[in-house]
Amino acid sequence: MRVYYKLFILPLLPLLLLITSCNTDDSYTALTAEIGEELSGGDNTSFNFSAEAFGFAAPNLSFDERVTFGVGNSLFNQSWVTAPASTTARDGLGPFFNARNCSGCHFKDGRGRASAFAGELSHGLLLRLSTPGTGVNGGNLPEPTYGGQFQDNSILSQMDEGIFEVVYEPKIVTYGDGTTVSLRNPTYTFPLLNYGAMVSNVQVSPRVANQMIGLGLLEAVPESTILALADQFDTNGDGISGKANYVYDIASGTNTLGRFGWKANQPNLRQQVAGAFAGDIGITSSLFPDENCPTGVDCSQIPNGGTPEIDDTNLDKVTFYSSTLAVPARRNFEDQDVLEGKQLFNEISCTSCHVALLQTGNHEIAALSNQTIRPYTDLLLHDMGDDLADNTPDFLATGNEWRTPPLWGTGLIETVNDHTNLLHDGRARNVEEAILWHGGEASPAQERFKELSSIERSKIIAFINSL
Amino acid sequence: MNFKFNYLTAALLATGLVFTACSNDDDLSTGTQKSAVTSNYANLVLANYQDALTDAQSLETALQTFTTTPTDANFTAAKNAWFTARESYGTTEAFRFANGPIDTGSTEDIEGYLNSWPMDEAHVDYVDGDLTAGIINNATLFPTIDKNTLINQNGNGGEEKVSIGYHAIEFLLWGQDNTAPSAGLPGQRPFTDFVDAGTASNQDRRRTYINVCADLITDHLEVMIEQWTGDYKNTFLAQDTDTSLTDMINSISELSRSELAIERMSVALQNQNQEDEHSCFSDNTDRDIRLNLEGIVNVYNGSYSTVNGASLKDIITEADSDLGTELDVLLTTATTEVDATLSPFDLAIVNGPTSTEGIKVQNAVRALVAFGDRLLDAKVVLGLN
Repeated sequence: MRVYYKLFILPLLPLLLLITSCNTDDSYTALTAEIGEELSGGDNTSFNFSAEAFGFAAPNLSFDERVTFGVGNSLFNQSWVTAPASTTARDGLGPFFNARNCSGCHFKDGRGRASAFAGELSHGLLLRLSTPGTGVNGGNLPEPTYGGQFQDNSILSQMDEGIFEVVYEPKIVTYGDGTTVSLRNPTYTFPLLNYGAMVSNVQVSPRVANQMIGLGLLEAVPESTILALADQFDTNGDGISGKANYVYDIASGTNTLGRFGWKANQPNLRQQVAGAFAGDIGITSSLFPDENCPTGVDCSQIPNGGTPEIDDTNLDKVTFYSSTLAVPARRNFEDQDVLEGKQLFNEISCTSCHVALLQTGNHEIAALSNQTIRPYTDLLLHDMGDDLADNTPDFLATGNEWRTPPLWGTGLIETVNDHTNLLHDGRARNVEEAILWHGGEASPAQERFKELSSIERSKIIAFINSL
Repeated sequence: MNFKFNYLTAALLATGLVFTACSNDDDLSTGTQKSAVTSNYANLVLANYQDALTDAQSLETALQTFTTTPTDANFTAAKNAWFTARESYGTTEAFRFANGPIDTGSTEDIEGYLNSWPMDEAHVDYVDGDLTAGIINNATLFPTIDKNTLINQNGNGGEEKVSIGYHAIEFLLWGQDNTAPSAGLPGQRPFTDFVDAGTASNQDRRRTYINVCADLITDHLEVMIEQWTGDYKNTFLAQDTDTSLTDMINSISELSRSELAIERMSVALQNQNQEDEHSCFSDNTDRDIRLNLEGIVNVYNGSYSTVNGASLKDIITEADSDLGTELDVLLTTATTEVDATLSPFDLAIVNGPTSTEGIKVQNAVRALVAFGDRLLDAKVVLGLN
């Protein structure tokens, strides 16, 4: 299909001209979309806007790759069970875990959210735990009892680590035109800790599960491209730093550029996927051979699902799947409101960090190579201000810094996941709130947004929801 | 691959569009009108959903009869009603992935409500090794089993946490298929699971559960019929026919080359796992596969039951007779290869991709992929983006 697309551009050009000539009124110059602007994932773009919109394979995979994608999808959805079990390929859950399967948090390959009410099990929000200081390989020091992550679920024979709750307080923001918006500011508490108190200087960092689309494309962006966008000491004086995180790559045993995770603390998808298997589901792998085990529990006495519990063949299939989920095409990208919103988004400098256009380089998956993509991210760290801070450094990221999240797919989260919550902890209930939470380096852009008229603001929001 | 030819065709078509671009008249050519193809499609979709509803209503009645008078004979009758309901529903799967009401817009969740799979059985009822599992056996957390409760539990905790739909009913009628494929047996749940003081526990809750599921299926199919009678049908017929044709082509292509060929057949074959079968409890997967393909054929040929009219096949063949002929051959081949696979499907996959029966499944998979892939090229000859 995409091969023909390129051949199709030439004959289409005169057509576009003629179509505009049919317009009779229009005293002002209408904005036009860029050619191919709707193809957010390049050849890896899908055109289905259903509740499954985040779940389609990149259309340019080979037959064998599509089979691998399918098997990876099955592994992504399947529930892991307590060992020992007759289904030996799927046992080894926990003993301490947050979810039984990948799709428990990334439901339909989409975005998780915090609990909607007290007592509701989380739908993809977890808490990372650490204490000040730097551990082995430059990572964080775990909380002495509970480790690097709070697991609020366990297999039947064990007591889970406890319960966490989120409580919100209002935070009022006033626009230039006098209207106000009430944001919700979260605080996290642990009403129940089954293995004793945490240390007083524990750092708690909430993280929400992200949509899975286009991840391999982000991995295929050349390191040089990302570094060229970096400006750690703001030498160009635009107020925007853009800092690369360098994190420990377990497979190579070296520090490399971080790309994935809310703080760019994972160097590649394979390690990200294996890390999630270990931390979230309690499934060990060659990269993460150790179970999460609170102090006082001897996990070596609890039956496991093998050493490791997911073998490299299956880990690679899930990684392949996670690399090749297509990015949905833009909707309404030719609407004047959307195009004006896009122009405003650029004018108030959102694109300083949410970089629209990137080019991928070579990747071992051919479909991901040499693609023109529109992820709206620079994959770099930025100081987002005290209000958004998790106060948890992560490799080179400070407690105020977050990686610019890609914006592609934002407008379809509601379709896929029945909510519109955004930011690292899902505190923003919609795009507008997410913009208003921007602080730190993003303050000037946020201030400019607040000074726009309500019509202009709605155009920016319409643009972001078209992504 | 004849790129040059397609390039020229595309250029000519674009020129053709230029001439009509400023015209409101859709009737310049003498061949099949695009609007005739889309309106015939709308009629076809409605007719199929109406049949699916009729059969689902019979299933609901059969389950009411069985749960009121739980005998072995009524149990068998309910199972047969389930098989019948799957026949007319199976072909409607060709209306998925079309940006239509079954999975898009305000009714987008309904496909998942009707047909979610694969299913983590322990979400609903007892399983081998855990006799107290599931909503049915958890009266503390779920004191009342009603529509709202079960809808809210569908997908709660992951995509396999299926609580409602055809496959939930299937699991409650057949139970887990714990026998080896060579035994040729589906799940062996005894009907006494539904008899007070019979087998398993919470028989009353199980009776309620299965009836609520059946009620929800008819509710949700009624929504589809409302959509294709009024709301969505009007939108569909009013929108640019090129958009509708693109959606129709993408839809059956996706079902053929991905959902059916890869997700439902190839994955099960690679994993050699009955659990990856679509209807794993009843061993009805062979019918699911054939019915999905029949649905694809119906949409492509514009023909279902008494509906028969202008079709994708007609306009594609008129635009490019070679491509039309090729697609006919590919679709016939796919049907032949699918029909050649062994029934039940768990026997076809049990020895993996290189076994005699596995190779037949592989051939069917490749034929479905070949049709789905080539069909996408029709968008170019039809001048669709």
